[in-house]
Amino acid sequence: MFYIYCPYCGEHREEEEFHPKGEAHIARPADPESCSDEEWGDYLFFRTNPRGIHHEMWVHAVGCRKFFNITRNTATYAILETYRMGEQPSITDDTREPLEVAQTPTETTPADNLEGVRA
Amino acid sequence: MQRYSGFGLVKHALSHHENWQRQWRNPTPKKAYDVIIIGGGGHGLGTAYYLAKEFGIRNVAVIEKGWLGGGNTARNTTIVRSNYLWDEAAALYEHSLKLWEGLSQDINYNVMFSQRGVLNVGHTLQDMRDIQRRVNANRLNGVDSEVLDAKGVQELVPAMDCSQNARYPVMGASWQPRAGVARHDAVAWGFARAADAYGVDILQQTEVTGFKIRDGQIHGVHTNRGDIEAKTVGCVTAGNSGVMAKMAGLKMPMESHPLQALVSEPLKPVLDTVVMSNHVHGYISQSDKGDLVIGAGIDGYNGYGQRGSYPTVEHTLQAIVEMFPSFSRVRMNRQWGGIVDTCPDACPILSKTKVKGLYFNCGWGTGGFKATPGSAHVFASSLAKGEMHPIAAPFSIDRFNTGALIDEHGAAGVAH
Ligand SMILES: Cc1cc2nc3c(=O)[nH]c(=O)nc-3n(C[C@H](O)[C@H](O)[C@H](O)COP(=O)(O)OP(=O)(O)OC[C@H]3O[C@@H](n4cnc5c(N)ncnc54)[C@H](O)[C@@H]3O)c2cc1C
Ligand SMILES: [Zn+2]
Repeated sequence: MFYIYCPYCGEHREEEEFHPKGEAHIARPADPESCSDEEWGDYLFFRTNPRGIHHEMWVHAVGCRKFFNITRNTATYAILETYRMGEQPSITDDTREPLEVAQTPTETTPADNLEGVRA
Repeated sequence: MQRYSGFGLVKHALSHHENWQRQWRNPTPKKAYDVIIIGGGGHGLGTAYYLAKEFGIRNVAVIEKGWLGGGNTARNTTIVRSNYLWDEAAALYEHSLKLWEGLSQDINYNVMFSQRGVLNVGHTLQDMRDIQRRVNANRLNGVDSEVLDAKGVQELVPAMDCSQNARYPVMGASWQPRAGVARHDAVAWGFARAADAYGVDILQQTEVTGFKIRDGQIHGVHTNRGDIEAKTVGCVTAGNSGVMAKMAGLKMPMESHPLQALVSEPLKPVLDTVVMSNHVHGYISQSDKGDLVIGAGIDGYNGYGQRGSYPTVEHTLQAIVEMFPSFSRVRMNRQWGGIVDTCPDACPILSKTKVKGLYFNCGWGTGGFKATPGSAHVFASSLAKGEMHPIAAPFSIDRFNTGALIDEHGAAGVAH
């Protein structure tokens, strides 16, 4: 059972309040009309599906109903950080995964922290 | 290979069953093979069997990182049916169902294929329209299929609540009498034993860690037991296929998800068919041992952990109790997860790749057990001839760029 920190609500909530919404940071082609079939198909269907660090969108479906991002390890299921839409992850495949990551916000008032919260 | 028979059983009883032959050898890997199959699940072992039996290619290795069937093959809930909507999918699954019907005799191994029928239950008008459409499509494709009304369903399944008191009253169902269940481990073991008898090397505890690719052609694989050469390699690794593709520098339109199942304590016979509901979202059958075999949907997030989360278990059991209120006191014995490789159109990938000689058979997602012999057969033909078998051809990976998807989300409805 995940206990997920919503960067908008600024609180940890149970997994059942959320829905996973697939891989994050997939940019829609700026000009779809000029895409080749290859580019458009890749955008729609092809995914990185890593065993390890994965950046993914979730929606706080029965909470604030906002989308946000999670960096999670798909093998251990450990949630490494959550951050707002439009922000970039601070933990990526090539930054070494910290051994123990507390899922608690480190900033003082997470909800006011416009940088988003590492959680 | 000693053949199994009723007579053999009696004969071995005289020596207290202590002299049975080993089912397959445990060979040391050779330097090179004609064909390497990665993945010792049903699809991989079956591919090796048909390569040897039907296409005369016997210098074959099946490389399995764990034990045979330890992937999804022996984690699944064993529903076998072929009532898919589109021509391409119906052809593939019906080809498989026909092979199931003779499989135990063919491989001289009792896979306990039991044609007890499958009901796909409808609870809304739209469900019933979809069911009618699918049944009609099935019949045009020579797949046995009927539409039943609620009374017909109740007659087949007395234990199910088909009354108007149900929260989602049953309105009817599609019924495929030739569908059923089979024993999953026996499928892996039976194919392994039969392939081994033709000289196929089954290499367990051997993990493929990379591909040897030169000038766009496959030359073999790296494993934890050294390099093994082959000019034809078939990758049949289910939930791990995304990782395998990446090793070969390929991308895949798949995501790996946990899919869970549960079995209850054994009960006296109460359910002699398979009941599936897309709408209430659960499915159930009863095994020969008496335990109820239960499943429902994937966990929505990507995962390789072979376990899922409790909310999914809860939803699954809610659905079962909704359909079978009398099961509310049944205790669950075991619960587990497998990693399923789901495709956007709920259909598999049987395909060549950009690397010459490297083929993938994956993307079966939540419903590939039923396809085991058929998939293995057409995949073996494709590897042997270097051209995709006509039944396999529509399932090329190119479809995600050309747009020729085969949308089976309806027929694949509740994940199994
Ligand atoms: C809970 C659950 C219920 C299901 N219920 C049904 C059902 O009712 N009906 C149905 O039709 N289908 C069902 N399925 C789906 C079905 O189980 C699969 O589609 C099917 O078994 C896949 O078979 P396979 O041989 O391709 O894969 P697997 O049996 O998973 O075999 C793949 C093998 O590859 C090996 N492997 C992976 N990576 C490597 C490597 N690097 N080197 C060497 N070996 C490797 C793995 O160890 C594994 O043994 C269910 C699945 C699950 C998880
Ligand atoms: Zn929120």
